[in-house]
Amino acid sequence: MSNPTLSWNLVKDVHELLAYQFMVNALEAGTIVAVTAGVVGWYMVLRRQSFAGHTIAVMSFPGAAGAALAGVPSAFGYYVACGVAALAIGRSGGAARRGGGRESAAIGVVQVAGLALGYLFLSLYSGVLEQLQTLLFGTFLGIDRNQVLTLLLVAVVVLAALVVVGRPLLLASLDPEVAHARGVPVRALDVGFLLILGLAVAATSQITGALLVFALLVAPPAAAQALTPRPGLSLVLSVVFALLVMWVGLGVSYFSIYPLGFFITSFGFALYLVAKLARYAAARLARDAPPGEPAPAAAV
Amino acid sequence: MSLPAAIELRDARASMGGRAVWSGVDLVVRSGEFAAVLGSNGSGKSTLLRAILGLVETAPGTVSVLGSPAGGANREIGYLPQRHGFDSTLPIRGVDLVRLGLDGSSWGVPLPIGPRSAARRQARERVREALELVGASAYADRTLGELSGGEQQRILIAQALVRRPRILMLDEPLDSLDLPNQAAVTALVQRICRAENVAVLLVAHDVNPLLPYLDQVIYLAGGRALQGPVEDVITGPKLSELYGVEIEVLRTRDGRLVVVGQPEAPHVHGHRHD
Repeated sequence: MSNPTLSWNLVKDVHELLAYQFMVNALEAGTIVAVTAGVVGWYMVLRRQSFAGHTIAVMSFPGAAGAALAGVPSAFGYYVACGVAALAIGRSGGAARRGGGRESAAIGVVQVAGLALGYLFLSLYSGVLEQLQTLLFGTFLGIDRNQVLTLLLVAVVVLAALVVVGRPLLLASLDPEVAHARGVPVRALDVGFLLILGLAVAATSQITGALLVFALLVAPPAAAQALTPRPGLSLVLSVVFALLVMWVGLGVSYFSIYPLGFFITSFGFALYLVAKLARYAAARLARDAPPGEPAPAAAV
Repeated sequence: MSLPAAIELRDARASMGGRAVWSGVDLVVRSGEFAAVLGSNGSGKSTLLRAILGLVETAPGTVSVLGSPAGGANREIGYLPQRHGFDSTLPIRGVDLVRLGLDGSSWGVPLPIGPRSAARRQARERVREALELVGASAYADRTLGELSGGEQQRILIAQALVRRPRILMLDEPLDSLDLPNQAAVTALVQRICRAENVAVLLVAHDVNPLLPYLDQVIYLAGGRALQGPVEDVITGPKLSELYGVEIEVLRTRDGRLVVVGQPEAPHVHGHRHD
């Protein structure tokens, strides 16, 4: 049962929580993952590539299962599978940004193939069902120092890459033709971003599991973008939301028998719902007051 | 004063997928000149703009832009592509889109927080000026989805203008606008053309809304191009020669031009094979 003391004595709870090294590891890993997912997810949602992101995430399942089967560290499997998936989608994605529908069908086929393959690997391995649950729905137990360091390294690489390409990527996402005319390598950025996404997804799914990556990668940026159209602000909000979801999720699941993935997903969904409601309320208010809502001008 | 040509094509030939769209094209557009690019669908109007940007092969002819080969001076070109694929529901404000026009192609990210440097202030000032120039200041803080077609078009023109380009190329900016907005946007473009001494190429379907403002037209048909003042180019004999069929140009009492006998696009395609 979930422990009610959580809500009544926060300081003591947090103190208790931090007394365990595995919990400290989990919090550190969760924080790293949340920041990465908040930033990468923000671009993903803006570029409308959520489905591609989800497919890459699902591919992490056969990746990890295959790694277990082959007897190599599962993290290795995550990164390889997600990287390959990103490249594959990138290759098929040339016309995708224009064409729409066809691409999603191709990605969907890859996705179910990945799921089936993962299940096959796992059956070949030994058929331990517990493992399956962890791979799909995530865990915060048993994260060691090495894993935290690897996550940190990946996060630094991903964020550094985004700092460099961030602005042209934004232009290429919003206005590919103008970007192309201005000499921005749109095509290379497409593939490059998918690789960045692959890295971020591989890192995230080690905590949230393959199926629930979305809770961190989509819900926070979607909520942030629903709240404000200002790019800088919504990017910051996206990271803040991801951190909130992760920290609260970890805290609550420590005191609960229910899995981490459930809480992260629920909080992410709740956040998105609240953001949408707030947006709706603001729109209603603006309509009632004819002069409109003159948002303060500030370019970021 | 005789300015050097802003855009100059010499015997240029554009091909897409191995097929010539047009060939033997000679054009000159100078700074401060307002030229319309006319022609039926598929005559290569957009291709002309893309050739000037260096995105289309033009050998064996030459395309020179502000003294450089095509593609070498793209920083000096404000380009507004045809907006068929443009997603106007994107959750982004007009002011942000204009800002991206200013520095969106630079690598690196300006920190969203931190000291407001002189460069940032300058950038913001430039964005404000561009918005004011097109008369879009009042709604620049709204998201694109909340704007009308005419308002969006002004924002996009501001984006093309924000770097103070010496050449402005607009691909069907009047498309999907109603007549008053067509006139307003054209007048705006002419004002910018004169005030900022910009060479303007504007692709359009219909020359009539442009007539009072144009310096010259570039008429593409039958794989060739004709350039000159409206009254010299849009005439029965000239267009008949260009299309290779009998064309009549009528002038209505209020000065509008009506071109009669224009073959449909597929017919023109047929003429292209030589």
